[in-house]
Amino acid sequence: MPAGARYLNARVVRNEDARLLTGRALFVDDVQLPGMLHVAFVRSEYAHGRITSVDVSAARQRPGVAAVYTAEDLGAYLKPGPILVSPPPIPGLVFHPCTQLPLAKDKVRHVGEPIAMIVAESRYVAEDALRDVSVDIDPIDAIVDLEKGLAPGAPLIHEHLQSNAAAHVVQRKGDYAGVRGSADLIVRRRFLYDRGVSAAMENRAVAVQWNARAEELTIWDTTQAPIPIRNGLAQMLGLLESQVNVIAPFVGGGFGPKIMMFYPEELLLPWAAMRLNRSLKWTEDRQENFYATTQERGQVHDAEMALTKDGRILGVHDVFLFDTGAYDPYGLTIPINTQCTLLGPYDIPHYESEFTAVFTNKTIVTPVRGAGRQHGVFVSERLLDLAARELGVDRVEIRKRNLLGPDRFPVNHEIMFQDSAPLIYDSGDYLPTLEQAAEMIGYDAFVRDEQPKLRAAGRHVGIGVACYVEGTGIGPYEGARVTVEPSGKVRCATGVGTQGQGHFTVFAQLVADALGVDVEHVKVVTGDTREFHWGTGTFASRGAVVAGSACHAAAMAVREKILNLASAVLNVPKEQLELADGRVFVAVEPDRGLSLGELSAKANPLRGAVRPGTEPGLESTAYFGPDRGSTASGVHAMILEVDAETATVEIKRYLVVHDCGTIINPMLVEGQIHGGVAHGIGNAFYEQLVYDEQGQLLNASFMDYLIPTATDVPSIETAHRETPSPYNPMGLKGVGEAGCIPTGALFAQAVEDALAGSGVEITEIPLSPNRLFELIERAKEGRT
Amino acid sequence: MIALDVSVNGVRYSREVEPRLLLSDFLRLDLGLTGTHVGCEHGVCGACTVLFDGEPVRSCIMLAVQADGHDLRTVESLASPTGELNPLQTAFRNAHGLQCGFCTPGFLMTLTAFLRDNPNPNDVEIRDALSANLCRCTGYHNIVEATKLACGRTLP
Repeated sequence: MPAGARYLNARVVRNEDARLLTGRALFVDDVQLPGMLHVAFVRSEYAHGRITSVDVSAARQRPGVAAVYTAEDLGAYLKPGPILVSPPPIPGLVFHPCTQLPLAKDKVRHVGEPIAMIVAESRYVAEDALRDVSVDIDPIDAIVDLEKGLAPGAPLIHEHLQSNAAAHVVQRKGDYAGVRGSADLIVRRRFLYDRGVSAAMENRAVAVQWNARAEELTIWDTTQAPIPIRNGLAQMLGLLESQVNVIAPFVGGGFGPKIMMFYPEELLLPWAAMRLNRSLKWTEDRQENFYATTQERGQVHDAEMALTKDGRILGVHDVFLFDTGAYDPYGLTIPINTQCTLLGPYDIPHYESEFTAVFTNKTIVTPVRGAGRQHGVFVSERLLDLAARELGVDRVEIRKRNLLGPDRFPVNHEIMFQDSAPLIYDSGDYLPTLEQAAEMIGYDAFVRDEQPKLRAAGRHVGIGVACYVEGTGIGPYEGARVTVEPSGKVRCATGVGTQGQGHFTVFAQLVADALGVDVEHVKVVTGDTREFHWGTGTFASRGAVVAGSACHAAAMAVREKILNLASAVLNVPKEQLELADGRVFVAVEPDRGLSLGELSAKANPLRGAVRPGTEPGLESTAYFGPDRGSTASGVHAMILEVDAETATVEIKRYLVVHDCGTIINPMLVEGQIHGGVAHGIGNAFYEQLVYDEQGQLLNASFMDYLIPTATDVPSIETAHRETPSPYNPMGLKGVGEAGCIPTGALFAQAVEDALAGSGVEITEIPLSPNRLFELIERAKEGRT
Repeated sequence: MIALDVSVNGVRYSREVEPRLLLSDFLRLDLGLTGTHVGCEHGVCGACTVLFDGEPVRSCIMLAVQADGHDLRTVESLASPTGELNPLQTAFRNAHGLQCGFCTPGFLMTLTAFLRDNPNPNDVEIRDALSANLCRCTGYHNIVEATKLACGRTLP
C-alpha cells in the first residue's frame, strides 16, 4: 500500500448502505420481467421411499399452468449433479460420491426432495397446482440416527453401495498409540455436536430470462458463486459460457448454503425458460428452506486426550461420525475442517483422527458458517476443561501451557486441510490474545473474589474462556479489474458474490488507497459475470483475503500506468509524482498535475497511436491465488448466569479478542464478529433441527426453530490484534466465520462452571432450557 | 376480484385484486415497491413490516383487501424525494446497523413507529422493541447502537 493510505484500517461507512436503506437495492425476488411465469415444486413428503407413480395430468389441465415437468420429461438433462469439491489426496481415503438428480426418479431420499416442477402465470396458481399432482411413494424405513445407519441390515439409502457409509478417512500425526502409555491422565468422553440451518433472512431465488434473438441467457441467482454457476450451466445447456450471464445482485445473507452447486432449481429454471421461451422465477418459501436448502448437522465424537500431570497435552485420539444427509455433493470439506480445527492453537504432537461420513434420510449437508470447525473446537476445548478439573489446574492456565509459541511458525501439522494443501499455520500470536481476553473479562478477580461471593449468595454465575483458530482465505484464486473512467470515478469489478460482508466498501478502500481517490468514488461490482468472469466465489472466509488482494494488485497496476503516463505527459520522472485527491501531480509542485479523469481520457486518444507495449485506458486486471490459506485466531470469553430452577441462561458479558491479520475496516470486522457470535449463541442454546424417526423435520418454521432475537444476544465487546499473514501482500486473514466457532464450547464451559459442584457435565450442543433442566435433574439423581 | 382503494406513501391507488392476494405481494408485485422484503411468510421474521395507519404490521400475513381505505407507509417513504437519508437511516449507516440489508426495511419501519412513540428509550426498551424482528447478520449489537444514535445518543 502506498504511503499516506487513508482508508486502510479506517472505520469507513459503507458505500452500499444508501441503496439498502432506501429499498432500492435489487434482490433476486425483486426481478420482474414482462410475461414472467412463476415456478413451484412438488416435493417429497417422505424421507425415504420408492416412487411408484407421479400423475401430473390434472395439474397440466389447470387454467394458468404453462407446463409441468417430472424426471421423465427432462430426457438427457436428467443427470446427477457434480461433486463440488473433490476430497483431498489423503492416503487410504474412501469416498463414495452420490449426488442428487434435479427431479427425483424412482426413489426419494429426504423430505423436500423435488419431484415435479410447475410453471404457471402466478405463484398463487403454481401453488394451487401443487395439490393437483398425485405422487405415490412406498415408504422405506428412514435412516435418521448415524449409528443405526451403519448397523448391519440397515436399509440402504444408495442401493449400489454396501452400506450407508459415504466416506472413511484417517489422518495421523506423530504416534498417539505410542505416547498414550506414558500419559499421566487420559480424559475420554463422547461428544455430540449438532448444528442447524443457516437461516439467511432471504430465502433462495432464481430468475431467468432467455433472449431467443440474442441467444443469451441471463440468470439472477442468490448464489455465493456466480461464475461456477455460469460455467456449469453453459456446459449443461450446450451454450458458450459467453452466452450465459449469471448475476448475484444483493444477496440477503449466505452463510454457506448459497454456494451449494447445483441446486435443482438452479438447473431447472434455465432449462425450462429456454424450452418455454419465457422468463421464469422461483422464490423459495421459508418452509421449503428448511427442507430444500442445505444445512449442517450432527457429529458424534468418541475422543480422548492424553496429558502429563502438569497439564501438557501429549496427544488426542478422536473417532467420529458425520451426518452428510441424503447426498454428498460437497465432498468432505466439513469433516476435514473438523479434523483440522480440533488442533486449535495448541501444541498437540500426537494426533489420530478417524471419521466415517454417513448417509441419512435428511436434507443434504454442506458448510454453514464455521463449516465443521465448531465441532472440532468443542471436542478439544471440552477435553481441556475436563483435564483441568481432573488435574486441579486452572482452565486459563492449562490453555496457556499448551499454546503454540510465536517461535513455532509456520506450524506444519502434517495432515491435509480441506483445500488439499497441508495444514500449515502461517502466523499467530496466541498467548497475548488469551491474556488480553482473560484480562478484559477480569478472569482472575472473578474466579478469586466475585464468584465465591455469588455462590455463597446462592447464585449460579459461571465464566468461560475458549480459544480457536480458523483456516481462512484459501485458493484457488480471485481476480479484479480496476478502471479509471474519464469522469475520474473508478470502477472495480471482481467475481466473488456478496451477501452483506461490505465488499462494496472494503474493496473500494483498497483501490482508493492505491489510487489516491475518495472511497465513495470507487464503484465496486461483484457477482456479475458480465463484468468479471474469472474466479470461484465467496466461501471459507476468503473474500477480503483473496479477492481483496486481487483488487489491491489490480489497483497498484493501474497506479503504475497512471505514473508512467503522467510522467510522459508532465515530463517529470515518475518518482517525483504523487497521487492524492483524484489527481496525479508533481510532489514538490502540487499545482502541476492533472486529474485522473483527464489522464484517463489521454490514455484513450481518438487520434495518434497507442504505442507497442502499452494498452489503452487506465485499466488493469490482476489475480491473486495463495498456495494455502492464512490462519486467523482468537479467544472468546463470557460470564453467564443459570437459573437452576428454570434452567434459563442469561449472558452477562461476552467478549472477543481476535486476530485476523491486517484489518481493512475495523467497523466491518466487528460486525462480522457480532453476527457470528449471535449465530453461535443460537447454535448453543436455541437452534436445533428436530427430526422424528421417520425423518420428518418437526420444527420447520421460525415459530418452532428459534433464531436468537435482540433480547437473547448480548452486547459484544471486541478487541483486535493484528498478526499479518505472510501469505498475501497486505497480511490479511479472513474473519467471516470466526464469531461462531468457539461459542458452543464456551457456552458449555461457562454453564458447567455456573453449576460447578452440581455434577452437571456438558458434552453436547445445542443445549436448551429443557435439555439443561434434564441434565440438572439427572445430576441430582446421580448424587442421591 | 375486489376493488381496493389504498394510500401508500402518500399516493392513492385504486386497484382490482384477488381476495387472496397478500398485502406484501400487492406492494411488491402490483405497486413495484420491492423495498418491503418477505423473509418467512408466516409473520415471524418481521422483514415485511410496514406501517398501517402508523402502526407496524406484518404485510406477509395480511391480505391486500384489508388495506382498503387505509394509509400505508413502506421503507420507500423514509428518505427525502431527492434521496437524502432520514436520521434513522443515517444512524443505521453510521453505526453499521446493517450487513446484507434484507431485514433492514422491517427494522426501519418497526423503529419508525417505536421511536415516534418513545423518543428516549433505554437499552432494555430498545432491545424489547427490536425483538420483533429477526436479523442473522449483525447480532443486533449495531442495530441497538444505531437506534441509540437515532435518539441522539452518542456512540461509545
